[in-house]
Amino acid sequence: MSAEKPYDDIPGTWIFDAQRARAGYHLNQFLYTLMKESNRKAFLADERAYLAGFKLTEAQRNAVLDRDWNRLLELGGVVYALAKLAFTDGKSYQFMASKMTGMSEREYVDMMLKGGRSPEGWRSRSEREKH
Amino acid sequence: MARIIAGVGTSHTPAIGAAVDNGKADQPYWRPLFAGYEPAKRWIAETRPDVVILVYNDHANAFDFRVIPTFALGCADEFPIADEGWGARPVPVVKGYPELAAHLVQSLVLDEFDMTVVNEMQVDHGLTVPLTLLFGSPSEWPCRIIPLAVNVVQYPAPTGRRCYHLGQAIRRAIESWEEELKIVVFGTGGMSHQIQGPRAGLTNPAFDQAFLNELSRDPERLTRITPVEYMREAGAEAIELVMWLLMRGALGPKVQEVYRFYHIPASSTAVGNIILECR
Repeated sequence: MSAEKPYDDIPGTWIFDAQRARAGYHLNQFLYTLMKESNRKAFLADERAYLAGFKLTEAQRNAVLDRDWNRLLELGGVVYALAKLAFTDGKSYQFMASKMTGMSEREYVDMMLKGGRSPEGWRSRSEREKH
Repeated sequence: MARIIAGVGTSHTPAIGAAVDNGKADQPYWRPLFAGYEPAKRWIAETRPDVVILVYNDHANAFDFRVIPTFALGCADEFPIADEGWGARPVPVVKGYPELAAHLVQSLVLDEFDMTVVNEMQVDHGLTVPLTLLFGSPSEWPCRIIPLAVNVVQYPAPTGRRCYHLGQAIRRAIESWEEELKIVVFGTGGMSHQIQGPRAGLTNPAFDQAFLNELSRDPERLTRITPVEYMREAGAEAIELVMWLLMRGALGPKVQEVYRFYHIPASSTAVGNIILECR
Protein backbone atom coordinates (compact mmCIF):
# COMPACT_ATOMS: atom_id res chain seq x y z
CA MET A 1 0.00 0.00 0.00
CA SER A 2 1.27 3.46 -0.76
CA ALA A 3 0.21 6.94 0.22
CA GLU A 4 -2.19 8.78 -2.03
CA LYS A 5 -0.41 11.24 -4.32
CA PRO A 6 -2.96 13.59 -5.81
CA TYR A 7 -0.12 15.91 -6.87
CA ASP A 8 1.27 13.33 -9.30
CA ASP A 9 -1.29 14.70 -11.73
CA ILE A 10 0.48 18.09 -11.85
CA PRO A 11 2.71 18.23 -14.93
CA GLY A 12 6.29 19.46 -15.08
CA THR A 13 7.09 19.09 -11.41
CA TRP A 14 8.48 16.59 -8.94
CA ILE A 15 6.99 17.01 -5.50
CA PHE A 16 9.54 16.28 -2.80
CA ASP A 17 7.55 13.85 -0.70
CA ALA A 18 8.72 11.32 1.88
CA GLN A 19 9.36 8.63 -0.71
CA ARG A 20 11.45 10.93 -2.89
CA ALA A 21 13.24 12.23 0.22
CA ARG A 22 14.14 8.65 1.07
CA ALA A 23 15.48 7.97 -2.43
CA GLY A 24 17.39 11.24 -2.47
CA TYR A 25 18.72 11.16 1.08
CA HIS A 26 22.40 10.60 0.32
CA LEU A 27 22.25 12.86 -2.73
CA ASN A 28 20.85 15.69 -0.64
CA GLN A 29 23.31 15.07 2.17
CA PHE A 30 26.14 15.34 -0.39
CA LEU A 31 24.69 18.62 -1.70
CA TYR A 32 24.37 19.90 1.86
CA THR A 33 28.16 19.65 2.28
CA LEU A 34 28.56 22.29 -0.45
CA MET A 35 27.62 24.92 2.13
CA LYS A 36 31.32 25.00 3.07
CA GLU A 37 33.81 26.79 0.87
CA SER A 38 36.51 24.16 1.51
CA ASN A 39 34.10 21.42 0.38
CA ARG A 40 33.11 23.35 -2.73
CA LYS A 41 36.78 23.62 -3.67
CA ALA A 42 37.45 19.95 -2.99
CA PHE A 43 34.42 18.92 -5.06
CA LEU A 44 35.40 21.08 -8.04
CA ALA A 45 39.00 19.87 -7.87
CA ASP A 46 37.95 16.22 -8.32
CA GLU A 47 34.22 15.62 -8.59
CA ARG A 48 34.39 11.83 -8.90
CA ALA A 49 36.69 11.47 -5.92
CA TYR A 50 34.51 13.74 -3.79
CA LEU A 51 31.34 11.86 -4.78
CA ALA A 52 32.96 8.56 -3.85
CA GLY A 53 32.53 9.63 -0.22
CA PHE A 54 28.74 9.41 -0.49
CA LYS A 55 26.35 6.51 -1.04
CA LEU A 56 24.87 7.81 -4.28
CA THR A 57 23.35 5.48 -6.84
CA GLU A 58 25.12 5.34 -10.17
CA ALA A 59 22.25 7.23 -11.79
CA GLN A 60 22.48 9.97 -9.18
CA ARG A 61 26.26 10.20 -9.55
CA ASN A 62 26.00 10.52 -13.32
CA ALA A 63 23.26 13.13 -13.05
CA VAL A 64 25.46 15.18 -10.72
CA LEU A 65 28.43 14.95 -13.10
CA ASP A 66 26.19 15.86 -16.05
CA ARG A 67 24.35 18.63 -14.14
CA ASP A 68 21.18 16.95 -15.38
CA TRP A 69 18.89 19.05 -13.20
CA ASN A 70 15.52 17.49 -13.95
CA ARG A 71 16.95 14.00 -13.57
CA LEU A 72 18.34 15.04 -10.19
CA LEU A 73 14.86 16.18 -9.15
CA GLU A 74 13.42 12.89 -10.35
CA LEU A 75 16.05 10.94 -8.38
CA GLY A 76 15.15 12.64 -5.13
CA GLY A 77 17.17 15.84 -5.16
CA VAL A 78 15.45 18.74 -3.44
CA VAL A 79 15.69 21.95 -5.39
CA TYR A 80 17.18 24.02 -2.55
CA ALA A 81 19.99 21.51 -2.17
CA LEU A 82 20.50 21.39 -5.95
CA ALA A 83 20.88 25.16 -5.88
CA LYS A 84 24.07 24.68 -3.86
CA LEU A 85 25.52 22.73 -6.78
CA ALA A 86 24.60 25.53 -9.18
CA PHE A 87 26.18 28.09 -6.83
CA THR A 88 29.29 25.92 -6.54
CA ASP A 89 29.54 26.16 -10.32
CA GLY A 90 29.28 29.95 -10.03
CA LYS A 91 25.83 29.87 -11.65
CA SER A 92 22.66 31.58 -10.53
CA TYR A 93 19.44 29.99 -9.38
CA GLN A 94 17.84 31.47 -12.47
CA PHE A 95 20.36 29.65 -14.65
CA MET A 96 19.44 26.33 -13.05
CA ALA A 97 15.71 27.01 -13.31
CA SER A 98 16.02 27.94 -16.99
CA LYS A 99 17.87 24.68 -17.68
CA MET A 100 15.02 22.76 -16.06
CA THR A 101 12.55 24.41 -18.44
CA GLY A 102 14.67 23.81 -21.55
CA MET A 103 14.79 27.56 -22.21
CA SER A 104 17.88 29.72 -22.47
CA GLU A 105 18.50 31.89 -19.45
CA ARG A 106 17.62 34.99 -21.54
CA GLU A 107 14.30 33.46 -22.66
CA TYR A 108 13.50 32.50 -19.11
CA VAL A 109 14.28 35.97 -17.74
CA ASP A 110 12.14 37.52 -20.50
CA MET A 111 9.23 35.22 -19.66
CA MET A 112 9.45 36.32 -16.02
CA LEU A 113 9.66 40.00 -16.99
CA LYS A 114 6.45 39.50 -18.95
CA GLY A 115 4.72 38.23 -15.82
CA GLY A 116 5.83 34.61 -15.70
CA ARG A 117 4.32 31.39 -16.98
CA SER A 118 0.51 31.27 -16.99
CA PRO A 119 -1.00 28.34 -15.11
CA GLU A 120 -3.26 27.76 -18.14
CA GLY A 121 -2.37 24.36 -19.54
CA TRP A 122 -0.17 23.47 -16.57
CA ARG A 123 -2.72 22.50 -13.93
CA SER A 124 -3.02 18.82 -14.75
CA ARG A 125 -1.64 16.28 -17.15
CA SER A 126 -4.91 16.11 -19.07
CA GLU A 127 -4.98 19.91 -19.41
CA ARG A 128 -1.35 19.79 -20.56
CA GLU A 129 -2.15 17.29 -23.30
CA LYS A 130 -4.80 19.61 -24.75
CA HIS A 131 -2.28 22.43 -25.05
CA MET B 1 1.39 43.19 28.88
CA ALA B 2 2.98 42.09 25.63
CA ARG B 3 0.81 42.67 22.57
CA ILE B 4 0.87 41.55 18.97
CA ILE B 5 -0.01 44.77 17.20
CA ALA B 6 0.38 43.92 13.52
CA GLY B 7 1.40 41.43 10.90
CA VAL B 8 3.55 41.72 7.81
CA GLY B 9 3.29 39.36 4.86
CA THR B 10 6.27 39.38 2.53
CA SER B 11 8.07 37.24 0.01
CA HIS B 12 11.61 36.16 0.87
CA THR B 13 13.10 35.48 -2.57
CA PRO B 14 16.89 35.04 -2.21
CA ALA B 15 17.65 37.08 -5.34
CA ILE B 16 16.26 40.15 -3.51
CA GLY B 17 18.93 39.80 -0.85
CA ALA B 18 21.60 39.21 -3.48
CA ALA B 19 20.49 42.37 -5.33
CA VAL B 20 21.03 44.44 -2.16
CA ASP B 21 24.27 42.70 -1.23
CA ASN B 22 25.73 43.21 -4.71
CA GLY B 23 24.67 46.84 -5.04
CA LYS B 24 22.08 46.15 -7.76
CA ALA B 25 19.02 47.58 -6.02
CA ASP B 26 19.08 50.68 -8.26
CA GLN B 27 19.11 48.71 -11.50
CA PRO B 28 15.96 48.91 -13.65
CA TYR B 29 15.13 45.24 -12.94
CA TRP B 30 15.04 45.82 -9.18
CA ARG B 31 14.09 49.47 -8.75
CA PRO B 32 10.28 48.97 -8.89
CA LEU B 33 10.45 46.23 -6.28
CA PHE B 34 12.45 48.22 -3.76
CA ALA B 35 10.33 51.33 -4.41
CA GLY B 36 7.29 49.21 -3.59
CA TYR B 37 8.72 48.34 -0.18
CA GLU B 38 9.44 51.96 0.81
CA PRO B 39 6.05 52.48 2.51
CA ALA B 40 6.51 49.26 4.50
CA LYS B 41 9.96 50.43 5.59
CA ARG B 42 8.52 53.74 6.75
CA TRP B 43 5.69 51.94 8.54
CA ILE B 44 7.99 49.68 10.52
CA ALA B 45 10.38 52.56 11.33
CA GLU B 46 7.41 54.41 12.85
CA THR B 47 5.96 51.32 14.53
CA ARG B 48 9.28 50.38 16.20
CA PRO B 49 8.42 46.85 17.33
CA ASP B 50 10.36 45.47 20.30
CA VAL B 51 10.18 41.94 18.96
CA VAL B 52 9.47 40.35 15.59
CA ILE B 53 8.25 36.77 15.49
CA LEU B 54 9.46 35.76 12.05
CA VAL B 55 7.69 32.84 10.41
CA TYR B 56 9.75 31.47 7.55
CA ASN B 57 11.12 28.26 6.18
CA ASP B 58 14.63 26.96 6.15
CA HIS B 59 15.87 25.91 2.70
CA ALA B 60 18.11 22.96 3.59
CA ASN B 61 20.54 25.23 5.42
CA ALA B 62 19.93 25.08 9.19
CA PHE B 63 18.46 21.61 8.91
CA ASP B 64 19.99 19.00 6.69
CA PHE B 65 17.96 15.93 5.84
CA ARG B 66 18.57 13.99 9.03
CA VAL B 67 15.84 15.81 10.92
CA ILE B 68 12.92 17.73 9.43
CA PRO B 69 10.90 19.55 12.11
CA THR B 70 7.44 20.73 11.12
CA PHE B 71 7.43 23.72 13.52
CA ALA B 72 10.79 24.77 15.01
CA LEU B 73 11.11 27.70 17.37
CA GLY B 74 14.47 29.43 17.67
CA CYS B 75 15.29 29.73 21.37
CA ALA B 76 18.94 30.88 21.12
CA ASP B 77 20.24 34.34 22.05
CA GLU B 78 21.63 34.71 18.58
CA PHE B 79 21.45 33.13 15.17
CA PRO B 80 24.40 33.27 12.75
CA ILE B 81 23.86 33.82 9.04
CA ALA B 82 24.15 30.66 6.90
CA ASP B 83 26.48 30.19 3.94
CA GLU B 84 23.97 28.79 1.45
CA GLY B 85 26.56 27.98 -1.17
CA TRP B 86 27.84 31.38 -2.25
CA GLY B 87 29.09 32.78 1.08
CA ALA B 88 27.02 34.12 3.99
CA ARG B 89 25.01 37.29 3.37
CA PRO B 90 26.82 40.32 4.83
CA VAL B 91 24.03 41.17 7.25
CA PRO B 92 24.07 41.49 11.05
CA VAL B 93 23.74 38.47 13.28
CA VAL B 94 20.14 37.97 14.37
CA LYS B 95 19.54 38.57 18.09
CA GLY B 96 16.88 36.36 19.62
CA TYR B 97 14.85 36.59 22.80
CA PRO B 98 15.42 33.29 24.62
CA GLU B 99 13.23 34.08 27.64
CA LEU B 100 10.20 34.93 25.54
CA ALA B 101 10.90 32.05 23.16
CA ALA B 102 10.99 29.65 26.13
CA HIS B 103 7.67 31.06 27.32
CA LEU B 104 6.22 30.55 23.83
CA VAL B 105 7.40 26.94 23.71
CA GLN B 106 5.94 26.16 27.11
CA SER B 107 2.64 27.85 26.36
CA LEU B 108 2.33 26.34 22.87
CA VAL B 109 3.15 22.79 23.89
CA LEU B 110 0.65 22.92 26.76
CA ASP B 111 -1.80 24.37 24.23
CA GLU B 112 -1.22 21.14 22.23
CA PHE B 113 1.14 22.43 19.53
CA ASP B 114 4.16 20.13 19.54
CA MET B 115 6.98 22.56 18.87
CA THR B 116 10.57 21.58 18.22
CA VAL B 117 12.99 23.56 20.39
CA VAL B 118 16.08 24.77 18.56
CA ASN B 119 18.96 26.07 20.66
CA GLU B 120 21.48 26.43 17.88
CA MET B 121 20.57 27.39 14.36
CA GLN B 122 21.89 29.29 11.38
CA VAL B 123 19.35 31.39 9.52
CA ASP B 124 19.10 31.65 5.76
CA HIS B 125 17.53 33.99 3.19
CA GLY B 126 14.04 32.95 4.30
CA LEU B 127 14.62 34.96 7.46
CA THR B 128 17.17 37.59 6.39
CA VAL B 129 15.56 38.80 3.15
CA PRO B 130 12.38 39.97 4.94
CA LEU B 131 14.58 41.81 7.47
CA THR B 132 16.47 43.51 4.64
CA LEU B 133 13.23 44.46 2.88
CA LEU B 134 11.71 46.00 6.00
CA PHE B 135 14.73 47.36 7.86
CA GLY B 136 17.19 48.04 5.04
CA SER B 137 20.91 47.59 5.76
CA PRO B 138 21.55 48.71 9.36
CA SER B 139 24.68 47.76 11.31
CA GLU B 140 22.44 45.93 13.79
CA TRP B 141 18.84 44.81 13.42
CA PRO B 142 16.68 47.23 15.41
CA CYS B 143 14.76 44.63 17.43
CA ARG B 144 14.91 41.14 18.78
CA ILE B 145 13.76 38.37 16.48
CA ILE B 146 12.25 35.00 17.31
CA PRO B 147 12.55 32.66 14.33
CA LEU B 148 9.75 30.18 13.73
CA ALA B 149 10.79 27.78 10.99
CA VAL B 150 8.03 25.82 9.24
CA ASN B 151 8.74 22.81 7.07
CA VAL B 152 7.45 23.51 3.58
CA VAL B 153 10.27 21.72 1.79
CA GLN B 154 9.25 18.10 2.26
CA TYR B 155 5.63 17.29 1.43
CA PRO B 156 3.37 17.61 3.29
CA ALA B 157 3.81 20.99 4.87
CA PRO B 158 1.45 21.63 7.78
CA THR B 159 -1.95 22.67 6.44
CA GLY B 160 -2.96 26.31 6.23
CA ARG B 161 -5.60 25.60 8.84
CA ARG B 162 -3.06 24.14 11.25
CA CYS B 163 -0.79 27.13 10.71
CA TYR B 164 -3.68 29.53 11.31
CA HIS B 165 -4.52 27.77 14.57
CA LEU B 166 -0.87 27.90 15.66
CA GLY B 167 -0.95 31.65 15.03
CA GLN B 168 -3.99 31.92 17.30
CA ALA B 169 -2.14 29.97 19.99
CA ILE B 170 0.84 32.31 19.67
CA ARG B 171 -1.50 35.24 20.28
CA ARG B 172 -2.78 33.57 23.46
CA ALA B 173 0.79 32.88 24.58
CA ILE B 174 1.88 36.48 24.06
CA GLU B 175 -1.11 37.78 26.03
CA SER B 176 0.16 35.94 29.09
CA TRP B 177 3.62 37.56 28.99
CA GLU B 178 3.65 40.48 31.40
CA GLU B 179 6.43 42.60 30.01
CA GLU B 180 5.32 45.67 28.04
CA LEU B 181 6.25 44.73 24.47
CA LYS B 182 5.09 45.63 20.98
CA ILE B 183 5.31 42.58 18.78
CA VAL B 184 4.94 42.28 15.01
CA VAL B 185 4.57 38.89 13.33
CA PHE B 186 6.05 38.34 9.88
CA GLY B 187 4.61 35.65 7.62
CA THR B 188 7.02 35.11 4.76
CA GLY B 189 7.48 33.23 1.48
CA GLY B 190 5.29 33.03 -1.59
CA MET B 191 3.52 34.37 -3.38
CA SER B 192 2.76 32.24 -6.44
CA HIS B 193 5.92 30.59 -7.68
CA GLN B 194 7.32 27.40 -9.09
CA ILE B 195 11.08 27.18 -9.08
CA GLN B 196 11.79 23.68 -10.31
CA GLY B 197 11.14 21.39 -13.24
CA PRO B 198 9.77 22.16 -16.71
CA ARG B 199 6.94 24.15 -15.10
CA ALA B 200 9.34 26.63 -13.43
CA GLY B 201 8.38 30.27 -13.71
CA LEU B 202 4.68 29.72 -13.10
CA THR B 203 2.87 32.65 -11.49
CA ASN B 204 -0.81 33.26 -10.85
CA PRO B 205 -1.62 36.93 -10.12
CA ALA B 206 -5.38 36.24 -9.84
CA PHE B 207 -4.76 33.63 -7.14
CA ASP B 208 -2.38 35.96 -5.32
CA GLN B 209 -4.73 38.97 -5.41
CA ALA B 210 -7.62 36.87 -4.11
CA PHE B 211 -5.35 35.64 -1.32
CA LEU B 212 -4.36 39.20 -0.40
CA ASN B 213 -8.00 40.33 -0.48
CA GLU B 214 -9.22 37.58 1.79
CA LEU B 215 -6.34 37.67 4.22
CA SER B 216 -8.07 40.50 6.07
CA ARG B 217 -11.70 39.75 5.17
CA ASP B 218 -12.08 35.99 5.21
CA PRO B 219 -8.95 34.14 6.33
CA GLU B 220 -11.09 31.14 7.28
CA ARG B 221 -11.77 30.56 3.60
CA LEU B 222 -8.06 30.64 2.87
CA THR B 223 -7.48 27.97 5.53
CA ARG B 224 -9.51 25.58 3.38
CA ILE B 225 -7.14 25.79 0.41
CA THR B 226 -5.61 22.32 0.17
CA PRO B 227 -1.88 21.71 -0.35
CA VAL B 228 -2.57 20.32 -3.83
CA GLU B 229 -4.61 23.41 -4.73
CA TYR B 230 -1.69 25.70 -3.84
CA MET B 231 0.67 23.59 -5.93
CA ARG B 232 -1.69 23.19 -8.87
CA GLU B 233 -2.91 26.79 -9.08
CA ALA B 234 0.04 28.80 -7.89
CA GLY B 235 3.15 26.62 -8.25
CA ALA B 236 4.77 23.90 -6.15
CA GLU B 237 6.51 26.41 -3.88
CA ALA B 238 3.41 28.57 -3.37
CA ILE B 239 2.69 26.20 -0.48
CA GLU B 240 4.82 28.70 1.47
CA LEU B 241 1.70 30.86 1.73
CA VAL B 242 0.57 28.74 4.68
CA MET B 243 3.12 30.79 6.65
CA TRP B 244 1.13 33.94 5.87
CA LEU B 245 -1.88 32.20 7.44
CA LEU B 246 0.17 31.49 10.55
CA MET B 247 0.87 35.23 10.77
CA ARG B 248 -2.79 36.04 10.14
CA GLY B 249 -3.94 33.72 12.92
CA ALA B 250 -1.75 35.61 15.39
CA LEU B 251 -3.50 38.92 14.67
CA GLY B 252 -6.93 38.18 16.14
CA PRO B 253 -10.23 38.32 14.28
CA LYS B 254 -10.25 41.97 13.17
CA VAL B 255 -7.51 43.61 11.18
CA GLN B 256 -7.11 46.67 9.04
CA GLU B 257 -5.06 46.44 5.87
CA VAL B 258 -2.79 49.47 5.81
CA TYR B 259 -0.50 48.64 2.89
CA ARG B 260 -0.26 46.29 -0.05
CA PHE B 261 2.26 45.84 -2.83
CA TYR B 262 2.43 43.23 -5.58
CA HIS B 263 5.10 42.79 -8.20
CA ILE B 264 6.37 40.28 -10.77
CA PRO B 265 9.15 39.23 -11.07
CA ALA B 266 11.89 38.70 -8.56
CA SER B 267 13.89 35.93 -10.20
CA SER B 268 11.24 33.17 -10.52
CA THR B 269 8.65 34.52 -8.08
CA ALA B 270 5.67 36.81 -7.72
CA VAL B 271 6.36 39.14 -4.80
CA GLY B 272 3.75 40.30 -2.33
CA ASN B 273 3.83 42.55 0.69
CA ILE B 274 0.92 43.33 2.99
CA ILE B 275 0.64 45.07 6.35
CA LEU B 276 -2.27 44.27 8.63
CA GLU B 277 -2.82 46.14 11.89
CA CYS B 278 -4.78 44.50 14.71
CA ARG B 279 -8.05 46.22 15.55
